Amino acid sequence: MEILFALAIGVFSGSGVWLVLRPRTFQVIIGLALLSYAVNLFIFGMGRLAIGKAPIIAGAGATDPALYADPVPQALVLTAIVIGFATTALLLVVLLVARGLAGTDHVDGREP
Amino acid sequence: MNGLLQHLPIVPIVAPLVAAATILFFTERSRRIRVAIAGLSMLVQLGAAIALLTLTTDAFPDVWTQGVGVYAIGGWQPPFGIVLVIDRLAGLMLTLTAVVGVAAFVNSLAYWDRVGPHFHSLLQLMLMGVNGAFLTGDLFNLFVFFEVLLAASYGLLLHGSSTQRVKIGLHYIVVNLIGSLLFLIGVSLVYGVAGSLNIAELPAAAAALQGKERALFDAATSILAVAFLIKAGAWPLNFWLPTAYAAAAAPVAAVFAILTKVGVYVLLRVGSLGAGADVLAAIEGSTMLRPDLFRGGMYYLGILTMGFGIFGMLAAQHLARLVAFSAIVSSGLLLTVIGLDIPALMAPALFYLIGSVLATSAFFMLSGMTERTWRSPVQLPTAAPEPEVPPHYVPFGVRRAPALHAQDDEVGVAIPAAMAFMGIMFAFCVLLVTGSPPLSGFVAKFALLSAAIHAVDGAPLSAPVWVLVGVTLATGLASLVALTRIGMRLFWSATGRNTPRLRVLEAGPVAVLVLLCIALTVAAGPVMAFLDEAAASLRAPQVYIETVLAGKEVL
Repeated sequence: MEILFALAIGVFSGSGVWLVLRPRTFQVIIGLALLSYAVNLFIFGMGRLAIGKAPIIAGAGATDPALYADPVPQALVLTAIVIGFATTALLLVVLLVARGLAGTDHVDGREP
Repeated sequence: MNGLLQHLPIVPIVAPLVAAATILFFTERSRRIRVAIAGLSMLVQLGAAIALLTLTTDAFPDVWTQGVGVYAIGGWQPPFGIVLVIDRLAGLMLTLTAVVGVAAFVNSLAYWDRVGPHFHSLLQLMLMGVNGAFLTGDLFNLFVFFEVLLAASYGLLLHGSSTQRVKIGLHYIVVNLIGSLLFLIGVSLVYGVAGSLNIAELPAAAAALQGKERALFDAATSILAVAFLIKAGAWPLNFWLPTAYAAAAAPVAAVFAILTKVGVYVLLRVGSLGAGADVLAAIEGSTMLRPDLFRGGMYYLGILTMGFGIFGMLAAQHLARLVAFSAIVSSGLLLTVIGLDIPALMAPALFYLIGSVLATSAFFMLSGMTERTWRSPVQLPTAAPEPEVPPHYVPFGVRRAPALHAQDDEVGVAIPAAMAFMGIMFAFCVLLVTGSPPLSGFVAKFALLSAAIHAVDGAPLSAPVWVLVGVTLATGLASLVALTRIGMRLFWSATGRNTPRLRVLEAGPVAVLVLLCIALTVAAGPVMAFLDEAAASLRAPQVYIETVLAGKEVL
C-alpha cells in the first residue's frame, strides 16, 4: 500500500510540476490542481497509513491509541482541501478575465 | 486578571472579520455606512494593538509576566488547544499593521475604494490575516492566516482591474499558490516527524529526534523556510514582487508594504525558537534548526537580495517600482541581520523595520499622487508605449469606474500648494528610504552599522560584517542616486505636466506617516530601549516556551 501511495503522489506531483511550467494558463491551473492533490495525499500520509481504523475515540475511558488513526492530519487535510479549492476557483476567475482582457491564454498576456 | 482584558488578544482578529462580514450586508449605495463600519473596525484594531503593546512592556506586571501573553482559543489548553501568543515583537508588529492599515484606509477614501466592489471588506480581511499571522502560536494556523491574507490580497491587487493588474495578478496568485503548497508540505512533514505543530513545543520535540528522523525534520524546516522566503521577497524568489506592487492601486501597495515583513517576522519567530544559542543551552542535545544551515543561508540570501534590490532601484523608471525595490532591499537587510546572529544587531534591525515599513507605505501613497502630474496616463519617456486595448470586455461586472483621477469627483477638501506638498513629502521619503540624516532611516542604519562594528570588542572585523557594512552603505548610495533622478524628472522637468488637486483625505495619511517617522527619530531613545527588550526576549525564548506550555501541567 505504501508503494502505491508513494507512486500516486509522485505521479501527481511530477505531472503537476510539468504542467505548471507550461505556457498556457489552462495547463498551469490543471498543474496546480494536480500538485494540490499530491500535497493533500502527502498530508494524509503523514498520519501513517492504516486500514479500518477510526480517527474518533468512541465512548469514555482509556483506550489503546494504537487502535485509532491520528485525527490531526485528517483535520489538516480537510482544511487544506477547502482552502486549495477556494483559491483554485479564484485563480480560474482571474484566468478567464485575463483571457478576456488580453485576448490570449498565454501566461504573459501576449504571444511570444 | 480582568475578565475583559483576558480576551484582548483575539480582538485584532475578530474585529476586522466581523467588520468585513457586516460591510457585505450594505450595498455600494450605502457607502457611508460601509466606510463607517470599516473606520470603526480600524479604530478598534489600532486601540487593541496599542493596548496589547502597552501590556507587553510590563507596565502592568500583574496581567502578563515578562511580556508574554497567551490566549487559549475556546479555553482549550495546549498542547491540544490552539493558542494565540502575544509578546513584545508581536505587539510591535500589530501596532505597525494597524497604523499602516488606518493610513491606507483613509487614503483609499479619496478615490480608490470606489473603482471596484468590496474594497473595504477585502482590506479588513487582509488585516485580519496579517494580525492572525503575527498572533498565532501554531504552525498550521499560521498557514490558515497566510491563506486569509493572501486570498484577500489577490482581490486587492486586482482592485480596479486594468489589463496590467490582471496579468500581474495571475502571476502573483500562481507564485503564492505554489508557496502555499510548499508551506503545507513543510507543515505536514513537521507534524509527521515531531508530532506537534505548536511553535513553543517544537524545539523540545525536535531535540528528541535522532538519525533519519532528524534529517527529515531538517528537510521539513528547509521547505518551510522556502515558503516564508517567497513571502519575504528574498532573491531569487522575488521577481513577481516589484511588478505586482507597482501595478497595485496606491493604498493597496501601501498596505502591501507590511506583507513582506510578515515573512521576515515568521522567520524571526521560528528562527528565534529554533536556532537561538540559548535554546541550545536550555534543551539538551540539539537545536530545532541546524544553526549553520539556517544562519548561513539567511546571510547569503540577504546579501544577494540587497544586491538585487540595488540594481533594481537603479534600473527602475517608475517611482512605484523603485519603492517596491526598496522594500526588497529592506527585506534583504533584515534577512542578513537574522543570518549574522549578533545579539546587538537585533534591536537596530527592528528599528529599521518600523521605519522602513512606515516610509515605504507613505512612499507608495505618494507615488499614487505623483503619477497624476503626468497629463496622459503614466508614460515615462523611455518606457515603451503599451498598445491601447479597446474596452471590449469589462471584467468582474464592474460598472464604469469614475474616469481615472477626474477633477470633479470631489470628496473632502483639496489642499493648497499641491506641488509644494508633494515635493516636501518626496524629500522626506527619500531621506527616510535612503537612510540619510537627520530622519529615522539614518538613526536605524547608524545604530545597525555601529552595533555591527562594535559587536566584537577589540577583535578585527570578520568578513561577513565588512560585507554587511559595505552593502548597506551601497544600498543607501544607490537609492539616493535613483531617487534623485526620478525626483528631478518628477518635479523639475516642466514639460507636459499638470498640477493635480490633492484632497486632505489622500494627502493627510502620507503626512501623518512621515510625521510618525519624525516622531520615531525624536523618540529614538525610548523606542530603542523597548526594542532592546524585544530583542532580548527573542534571544531568550525559554520565557515564551514556558508561558505557552504553562497550561500543560494542569492537565
